[in-house]
Amino acid sequence: MSAPAVDVRGLRVELGGSPVLAGVDLTVAVGEWVTVIGPNGAGKSTLLRAVGGLLPAPDAVSLFGTPIRALRRRDRARVVATVAQSPVVPAGMAVFDYVLLGRTPYMPPLGRESAADVAAVHEVLDRLDLGGFGRRELATLSGGERQRVFLARALAQGATLLLLDEPTSALDIGHQQEVLELVDQLRREHELTVLATMHDLSIAGEYADRLVLLADGRVAAAGPPAEVLTEELLARHYRAHVRVIPGPHGPHVVPLRRV
Amino acid sequence: MTVRPVDPVPAGTPDASRPAGRLPRRGPARADAPARPAGLRTRWLLAGLVAVLVALVAGVSFGPVSLPPGSVAAELLNLLPGVHLDSGLTEREIAIVTELRLPRVVLGLLVGALLALAGGCYQGVFRNPLADPYLLGVAAGAGLAVTAAIVLGAGAGGALTGLPVTIPLAAFVGSLGAVAMTYLLGAAGGRDRSPATLILAGVAVSAFLAAGQTYLLQTHSDSLQQVYSWLLGRLSTAGWHDVLLVLPYFLLTAVVVLAHRRELDVLALGDDEATSLGLHPQRSRYLLIAAASLGTAAAVSASGLIGFVGIIVPHTVRLLAGSSHRVILPLSMLFGGAFLALTDVVARTAAAPAEIPIGVVTALLGGPFFVLILRTARGMRA
Repeated sequence: MSAPAVDVRGLRVELGGSPVLAGVDLTVAVGEWVTVIGPNGAGKSTLLRAVGGLLPAPDAVSLFGTPIRALRRRDRARVVATVAQSPVVPAGMAVFDYVLLGRTPYMPPLGRESAADVAAVHEVLDRLDLGGFGRRELATLSGGERQRVFLARALAQGATLLLLDEPTSALDIGHQQEVLELVDQLRREHELTVLATMHDLSIAGEYADRLVLLADGRVAAAGPPAEVLTEELLARHYRAHVRVIPGPHGPHVVPLRRV
Repeated sequence: MTVRPVDPVPAGTPDASRPAGRLPRRGPARADAPARPAGLRTRWLLAGLVAVLVALVAGVSFGPVSLPPGSVAAELLNLLPGVHLDSGLTEREIAIVTELRLPRVVLGLLVGALLALAGGCYQGVFRNPLADPYLLGVAAGAGLAVTAAIVLGAGAGGALTGLPVTIPLAAFVGSLGAVAMTYLLGAAGGRDRSPATLILAGVAVSAFLAAGQTYLLQTHSDSLQQVYSWLLGRLSTAGWHDVLLVLPYFLLTAVVVLAHRRELDVLALGDDEATSLGLHPQRSRYLLIAAASLGTAAAVSASGLIGFVGIIVPHTVRLLAGSSHRVILPLSMLFGGAFLALTDVVARTAAAPAEIPIGVVTALLGGPFFVLILRTARGMRA
């Protein structure tokens, strides 16, 4: 039995004096896809930031059996890659150079890229069907293409744990499916572990092995989508009036107008 | 499953992390050439070096006594070890070249390079295209300190201003003092030391010091002209002594900032992403600001406040040669130096025998030039 990819024990985070996470436990097995759901302000992004090492969380977070505080930054960057909710798109930067930034943890601190780094970027671009985009300016790409480039940068990082914060919130429904299918395919091919946050509950349930429902900084429910996406739980924590219909890959959550 | 995070071979996926040697050949019939990393292209490096050489020869040739550029070039080559050319210049003309004009041109090259480099560095560190080397209070600090030195020196019967080092020293100390105040004030914001906090602290410190300077000038209006002639910048008193004073700071700043040129591209993604890529954005930012401020303070102490170079040179480079800091920073040094040295030629010949303050010329020439670049670069992209 190997150590889980992510192991969070009793994580507490305060931002500006008020508790955002009040004792969160979370385990993600290697190769698993777990999606964190929850109403606005529940602490989803904060949880992801803590797992990604962006918040001081001494002792509460372990990655692949190693406490995150024992990892040096560069080593951590080779293990966990984050795709932020709306990443900065630097003006004038070409797609190739953007993806090459993902190789930063492999370059000497003040040095430059090696031939292996360049080859790794070409390979990732080809794998994501971005081979012809290398010289294009990132800012000129469409939303769906950009999301693929963001993923490419995370993959170029060579990390096995992928943190995706609202990876599809800027995309139309077709591109949402395209991107998530791609993530799932990469996960299977490369034994990646995926920890994501999502707002769209039906889509969250279709792609995740397990869902974690976060409310008021605590885990309110966790388990397979069918156990978490229930009318009763969603009514209690989202104050939402929904109908949940079973589907082949997970329940469909349909919002209903209150009469 | 044996995924260990600290494995020296990047964890897990063999093909994502260890591509060398097992690359699938990419399609042979790709229309465009494969992309390569943004970097300094040879032709731009050559263009920058040519600009510096042109500025060097022109700067030494033109002046109250005009010398033929060919002879000047030969005489400059004679300074290299092992070169003996007959330039046809007289002893006196050779002295003008090596003792009067060359140090001034070299100082112009160094100061221009420092200001442009510091500007490009600040713009990257703060992710703000309007950042210039004076952003964190350097100008106001130097202004107040120089004003105080002149005013108090006059009050003490010229005893202080009689020393040639007083004003440069005051400018240097004032610049660094102001940046230190900005640091402390920005750090007082506690955990949330975003770049914006530092910029706001710089604005506050600048306003505070400028108020002090204005008060001093109000009460000692007889010093106005002396203070303003310094504020507008000049390279006029340059001897080799000034060059040697600036050189160590120039080298230090250039080494530190250029070493971080790739890291500045990562910082462009924001602090969170830079952190997840394994960097210490806060640490790098403070180191870069310290290096750039030190260089700026040295430049200011040598030549006063020369505006505009730190803004237009990096932006011109960015528009023409590329947006990576690996391109912007080295080219800004070359073109910034050449620009200031050439501007100085105009400053001392346009209204000869009087000299126009060089800060006035940089803005007068630089403004329209920059608008032209903006328009053509946009046209090229469209």
